[in-house]
Amino acid sequence: MEAKFGSTGRLPAAFLTPGSSSFMDFLSEHAPEQLPGRRQLPPVQGAIEAPHGTTIVAAGFPGGVVLAGDRRATMGNMIAQRDIEKVFPADEYSAVGIAGTAGLAVEMVKLFQLELEHFEKVEGAQLSLEGKANRLSTMIRSNLGMAMQGLAVVPLFVGYDVDREKGRIFSYDVTGGRSEELGFAAVGSGSVFARGALKKLYREELTEQQAATVTVQALYDAADDDSATGGPDIARRIYPVVTVITEEGFKRLTEAEVSEIARAIHEGRLQHPNGPQAPVL
Amino acid sequence: MSTPFYVSPQQAMADRAEYARKGIARGRSVVVLQFTEGILFVAENPSRALHKVSEIYDRIAFAAVGKYNEFENLRIGGVRYADLRGFTYHRNDVTARGLANVYAQTLGTIFSSGAEKPYEVELIVAEVGEAPEDDQIYRLPHDGSIVDEHGSVAVGGNSDRIGSHLDQRHRDDMSLAEALQLAVEALGRDSTGGERSLTADQLEVAVLDRSRPQQRKFKRILGRQLSRLLEAEAGSTASASAADDADADDEGTAGAAASDSGGAAAEGASKSSGKARPGAKGKKPATGSKEADGGSAEESEDDDKA
Repeated sequence: MEAKFGSTGRLPAAFLTPGSSSFMDFLSEHAPEQLPGRRQLPPVQGAIEAPHGTTIVAAGFPGGVVLAGDRRATMGNMIAQRDIEKVFPADEYSAVGIAGTAGLAVEMVKLFQLELEHFEKVEGAQLSLEGKANRLSTMIRSNLGMAMQGLAVVPLFVGYDVDREKGRIFSYDVTGGRSEELGFAAVGSGSVFARGALKKLYREELTEQQAATVTVQALYDAADDDSATGGPDIARRIYPVVTVITEEGFKRLTEAEVSEIARAIHEGRLQHPNGPQAPVL
Repeated sequence: MSTPFYVSPQQAMADRAEYARKGIARGRSVVVLQFTEGILFVAENPSRALHKVSEIYDRIAFAAVGKYNEFENLRIGGVRYADLRGFTYHRNDVTARGLANVYAQTLGTIFSSGAEKPYEVELIVAEVGEAPEDDQIYRLPHDGSIVDEHGSVAVGGNSDRIGSHLDQRHRDDMSLAEALQLAVEALGRDSTGGERSLTADQLEVAVLDRSRPQQRKFKRILGRQLSRLLEAEAGSTASASAADDADADDEGTAGAAASDSGGAAAEGASKSSGKARPGAKGKKPATGSKEADGGSAEESEDDDKA
């Protein structure tokens, strides 16, 4: 970066050119090599071994939305990391959780956070929630080359829509296709099982606390059947990351709060290993 | 055949400096002063959309007087510089000193280059530290010099008179309400020696508040909170203003400053003495900052001088 300042040390023209409020646009003009999407992978044989993050779930409730993720990263059949965090605040009113190649995903989130912050500072106003969701779409699409070689990143994006006064959930596919989900959503290797659990447990009139419990239940079920998803690790005190976004903004539940939920679920499962039961008819 | 005029370099520079100074002197002033919890920025600015004070990075803010389009360009350049640096290295590697240096180089090169007109701006770059003695305030005049300021500083049209008023009365242990009172009082001094009283809608007020639990310490003080702080000072007994100060802190109508938190909030909370709990933050983006999008930036300002 310093090299581009030339001999005078003054800000290069690109810094002072009026126009885009997007940090990615600025990067692509001034330092394109720093954009994740510009990288070319050399041709490789077979799959690339890199840590993968697994399951993320989201559930809405009147007045907000909960986003939660398990803590495991796997590399093939190995557990690469037990306490990875895959759910991040994107800005004051939104959060993003990521499944897929951990290294690329973390970089993508970092750039996404910066993109939103940069816009806010330059314009003096926040992007609309749709606008944020679309920016994320573009970023995933720019990773398509890597995704084709097995290094996919698939996020789940949630936020509180200040204009519509409600929480919203957006899911993505590897090509950047975006769809808004109603009620709940899940991504990652354990998502099939998590979605099954959410289907049976989710109701529209959940409270914030209940919605948080439902997401942890869903993660528990995902961990039950998917080896790549980690359940609450009570011995090591590693619990899922649970975040809530409401009108008040982003907040992450403290370890004590999550451990209380996880322990209650664990107690329940000692009686009913398959978890709460929905009525048959 | 006409002979080209010879202009001595001294004369050329003096002319350019004179030109820039005149431009700056036409605008209204900004004052920046330290108080116990951070750094306060107060500008006389009737516009809600065109800001003279803004956020650059987590702990760094920017204030400017002079020609709007020129300092706006520099502001955006600074935001880009800071964000790129933070992205390339780490958020902690973005410093006010680095930014002030880049601004000084930029202003200096433009000032001494014959091809460009000198910028009619004067900037302040300030960074709030973990403790008051780590606070940094840099003043950057139009010619590319850097002045390291302590306590209080004024720039703009009437800065001499305002600055001396501040110097006489500023103390390091002022509360927010006291510092705001002093700033408003100082801004009300005319060059002719008269005094005006400024109201909330003529002021743009922001703070870099080290006690904020969020990673981003910049916060605009708007609407009710500002009126309350101004009222508190009107009947100012020290205890009343201190109580109101604490109260106002919790309310935090963050608006444009509302942002990134989460991990950051948790991190910040453990470090700071934080009055608010980590998750607690501003209500909705305040209306003032909503109006501040590009569209309304055409609002007329007298003679382009903010």
